[in-house]
Amino acid sequence: MNINMTLLLQAMGFAIFIYFTARFVMPPLANAIETRRRQIADGLAEAEKGKASLVISQKEADKIIAEAKAKATDIVAQAEKQRNATIEASKVEAKTAGEREKASAQAEIDQLSVKAKEELRDRVADLAVAGAQRILKREINPQVHGDLLSQLKAEL
Amino acid sequence: MASGKGYEGPGDYIDHHLSNLKVDFSNFGTVHLDTVIMGWVLGAVVFGILFLISRKATATGVPGKAQAFFELLYDFVDTQIKDIFHGDRKFIVSLGITVFVWILAMNAMKFLPVDFIAKGFEAVGVGYWKPVATADINTTLALSLSVIFLVIVFSFKAKGFRGYMHELFCTPFGGFPLLWPFNFLFQLIELVSKPLSLALRLYGNMYAGEIIFLLISLLSIAGWYGVISGSVLHAAWAIFHILVVPLQAFIFMMLTAVYLALAHESH
Repeated sequence: MNINMTLLLQAMGFAIFIYFTARFVMPPLANAIETRRRQIADGLAEAEKGKASLVISQKEADKIIAEAKAKATDIVAQAEKQRNATIEASKVEAKTAGEREKASAQAEIDQLSVKAKEELRDRVADLAVAGAQRILKREINPQVHGDLLSQLKAEL
Repeated sequence: MASGKGYEGPGDYIDHHLSNLKVDFSNFGTVHLDTVIMGWVLGAVVFGILFLISRKATATGVPGKAQAFFELLYDFVDTQIKDIFHGDRKFIVSLGITVFVWILAMNAMKFLPVDFIAKGFEAVGVGYWKPVATADINTTLALSLSVIFLVIVFSFKAKGFRGYMHELFCTPFGGFPLLWPFNFLFQLIELVSKPLSLALRLYGNMYAGEIIFLLISLLSIAGWYGVISGSVLHAAWAIFHILVVPLQAFIFMMLTAVYLALAHESH
């Protein structure tokens, strides 16, 4: 064996390399690894939180949808009811209007028929007078026989 | 391959390849210049590369391939040390990566064919050049003694002066004053055996591996048969070293972590 000053020089080299590695080489790498590890851990925690909140939101959404469904059913039922009511009301109104129309028409008809009857009566009276004139070949004085004529008209 | 040219025989060939480039600095001592240069240059290269990767490391977005590779290495070392060492392991992980990467780089020089390096350096006038710095006991002892120095520092830090003295003198046999010398002897043996076993394990593995490589190379003395069978054996031994080289680096790193964890633990 041949131990000499080489040992001291190699030990010095070793010490320098240890110092260099511990001071300059390792810290940046260890930092990078540690930072990345923390980021991954944070990301996983975040994902877990996201999953939980997703479940909650799903539940909430389900509730809202169910509520909306119930409301919609209500609205539809109400609309149906309102429609039926409206139809019923229009029917009634139409009937009333028709009846009113009918009544006014009837009144007009009655009026016209009364008028026509009156006219007819006048004409018949005239005709009867004329007929009587011809039969009697003499003139009947309307003023004298007015009462008789009126009586005759009423009888027609 | 060893043609025998320039060498006086197989013994001289092996001796030549296993000798360090010794340079005598008169008032400083002898230095194996090849070991020191290989160690320092390789360390500067690998830790420089890791520094460049780490400087560009990003936490957001897709990490690059180099960063992914470094993170793989970091995670590998960190996982091993997490199981052994309880407490703030930032420094231990840095130390573990330093030990693992540096030893791996120095061991990996085994993969270079022995004579390529020897002939290359001979061509520029350097007669001796051992490329594997860990096949030099100086390197492995430097590493293991530094580790034991750190163990002692950690012991003082974790247990305090009184606590460490108590451990040195009152365990494993007990606190009775007559037993103090025996306790201390035991602890001393432990403190000496740790760095020795660390250093010798790595040194022995690497040195023996080198010898086998050289013996395989010597087969080519036997002519073409030797060259061909030597090439096959060389390839096989190199493939085996793909296992040995990282394994030895890994063992050194693990034992370093274990010793420091023991020092850190209070009784």
